[in-house]
Amino acid sequence: MGVLVDLKKMNLGRYKRELAAAAAFVALLVVVSIGAPSFYSAANLRDLALNNAPVLLVAIGMTLVILSGEIDISVGSQFAVCSVIAGWLAEAGAPVALLLPCLIVIGAMMGAINGLLVGRLRLPSIIVTLAMLTAWRDGLRWVTQGAWVQDLPANFQWFGLGQALGQWLIVLIALAALVSFSWMLRNLGMGRAVYAVGSDAEAARLAGIEPQRVIFGVFVLMGALVGLAALLNAVRFNTVPSNAGIGLELKAVAAVVVGGTAITGGRGTLFGTLIGVALLGTIGTALTFLGINPFWEKAIQGAIILAALVSDVALERFRISDFGLAKNRVGR
Amino acid sequence: MNETLLLRASEITKSYAGVQALKRASLELRAGEVHALIGENGAGKSTLIKIITGAVLPDSGEIELNGKTIADNSPRTAKSLGIAAIYQQPALFPELTVAENIALGLEQSGAWGRIDWRKRHERARELLAQIGARIGPGAEAGELTMPQQQLVEIARALGAKAKVLIMDEPTASLSEEDAQNLFTVIRGLRERGVGIIYISHRLEELPLIADRVTVLRDGVTIETRPMAEVNRQQLIQLMVGRELSAIFPKREVDLGETILELQGLSCAESGLKDVNLSLRAGEIVGLAGLVGAGRTELARTIFGLTPADAGEIVLHGEPVTIDNPQQAIKRGIAYLPEDRRRHGVILEMQVGANITLASLDQLSSYGSLDFRREKELAAEYTRRLGIKTPAIFVPVSTLSGGNQQKVALSRWLVTKPRVLILDEPTQGIDVGAKSEIHALMTELAAEGVAILMISSELPEILGMSDRIVVMHEGAIAGILNRDEANQEKILALALGHGLDEIEGHEQIVNH
Repeated sequence: MGVLVDLKKMNLGRYKRELAAAAAFVALLVVVSIGAPSFYSAANLRDLALNNAPVLLVAIGMTLVILSGEIDISVGSQFAVCSVIAGWLAEAGAPVALLLPCLIVIGAMMGAINGLLVGRLRLPSIIVTLAMLTAWRDGLRWVTQGAWVQDLPANFQWFGLGQALGQWLIVLIALAALVSFSWMLRNLGMGRAVYAVGSDAEAARLAGIEPQRVIFGVFVLMGALVGLAALLNAVRFNTVPSNAGIGLELKAVAAVVVGGTAITGGRGTLFGTLIGVALLGTIGTALTFLGINPFWEKAIQGAIILAALVSDVALERFRISDFGLAKNRVGR
Repeated sequence: MNETLLLRASEITKSYAGVQALKRASLELRAGEVHALIGENGAGKSTLIKIITGAVLPDSGEIELNGKTIADNSPRTAKSLGIAAIYQQPALFPELTVAENIALGLEQSGAWGRIDWRKRHERARELLAQIGARIGPGAEAGELTMPQQQLVEIARALGAKAKVLIMDEPTASLSEEDAQNLFTVIRGLRERGVGIIYISHRLEELPLIADRVTVLRDGVTIETRPMAEVNRQQLIQLMVGRELSAIFPKREVDLGETILELQGLSCAESGLKDVNLSLRAGEIVGLAGLVGAGRTELARTIFGLTPADAGEIVLHGEPVTIDNPQQAIKRGIAYLPEDRRRHGVILEMQVGANITLASLDQLSSYGSLDFRREKELAAEYTRRLGIKTPAIFVPVSTLSGGNQQKVALSRWLVTKPRVLILDEPTQGIDVGAKSEIHALMTELAAEGVAILMISSELPEILGMSDRIVVMHEGAIAGILNRDEANQEKILALALGHGLDEIEGHEQIVNH
């Protein structure tokens, strides 16, 4: 029996959803290359990469959370808190090299609160993070009185490295996070545990995995990534708006789902999430370049999310009939 | 009691995923009779009940009510025809009042869907009075005691003009006094011509309440007899009286040192009471008992899922605490859970990943999983257990039940356990896979693994065990050696009777 046959089956079974999203993205790129070649200018691509780098970081964390069978809709508010804190620290003259670990730890601590409530106390994550979404946002408004952090020191912007180098650094950090988290999900026992808990927490527990710890861990990582994302976003501007990150949770969840991760947990990859972020993050700009009213952006994004969910169901049927055991499965 | 035939279930056949639950089973219920339905775990009682109430459709056979065949049975149809069922756990809506629960699905609302609250309460009061229950219609159902909730359910059935009332182990969680009160209510219903199918494992109460009894065994109706003509021993014999046809690959193994010892193990949460038990290397101990007797609970306590709150677990001569599965696994205890479809394997995960899931620590080198080693392990165990899978990276959901169970078992074998607890290891899997698993158990015992096997299948228990531990209501009712055990003794212990009854019976037979 050929190894080739096995590989084919493996690819088919495992990456169909990601490939479907990738195909949609490629189709978009092709349409744009015909209809609006100027889309491919260096400046435009750089802007897209910069705008989407923080979203990608948050979406990486969201992938972990969703894979483990939970959800975190408080990330937008966490992002705002982290952004403002980053601004304050910069104003106070904290060295840039210190900001990076600081923000990661602050984000992780906010994530740990969610993790304790969901993992330890077993409260439903959607309610916990909904409460946190409001609590952080309104707490921030109360503390800042809505004021923006302004006149950030010059050495804060672009990490004091200058615009060109700073831009590269932002994109590189986001990609490095993507690569390392992909590696961890695949190669670490903890990564395997995330999938196991998301598929069937009780079965994972019976196999000696502690679902509570896994869930706590993913929320902490989620928070850390939000902190990092907030910093990378803040250094691009000389002010920090106190309403930063509104709607970020929707962007992240949508990208994860479009990238083929099952919203019920247990299945998905970060490669898919990258595609999801790319597809949803470029569609608006692409429409503008194609001369289509950008008001369509949200509608089209919604349609893509629906298409991803519908194709998920369709592919699920395909996968089962693939092995000729559809009856067996339905019978249970 | 009159002789009018009320309900007839004839030649009912039903199989689930290749496993036959009922084979041409029949049951006849007369108006105004209490008809006991008994049988071992898995004899097909629940399936028959579900078919009568329309919850499950039979593969063949039919149900007649008052001489008319019920076409297209469904829970709704059965209900409208006057078939009602009451289960062991009352199924009331705890947040609704008694009157609301009784009215649910029965009451016609007035114009514009208006509810006549006074009428609703009056009606509830009247129905409750009919069965002599003193419960206020305005009380919240969730606040009532278990027996009170049962009475509300009976009142609801009366309100629905039930002609056939099915009661599934109604006394299982009742005190003696509450049970007697329930019998009074049941006798009242019988006077009114209601036909009652009464399922119970408490054989001693049947003479008090039942008119006739039907015994099911392995999905077949064995016999229906007037209750007055049979005694408890005869019933037990009818329940188990099968030939031990299957051949088990049991091998005599020299038993080694004692590996696991339980001393006075108790757990309030799961109802375990003072369990004393020891397991030696190479020994297979069968754990028998009725569903709910505490067998799975015992396994879960040993495995740290519901830690014991009294008593001791002694492993290799040393007392240990096991508070979670991680500790159990580290100490060489493995637990293959009941109901593999839900928790034995992770269906979406690949075969290989499932096999290594409990040994990820060993599989890691410098923190990173060793994929080559994983592949080797998966290949080794798929070969050793004969797991039929197209590749080790297909999801387990694509395999047959027997092969899924072998994957679940492989996961534990990879951990090289000293104590292996198997909870219904061959339930619902095909005959071939079943005997393969039995052969593997023998092989493991020969390697010195101590095996504790929970099974509801008496032939399997008798065929595979060196010793048989029978549980009843959370405690050990008796321990039988391989050469002295038989089906009657096990069942008698499981039902909470003493062995002396059975032995007395044997003497009578010998005469």
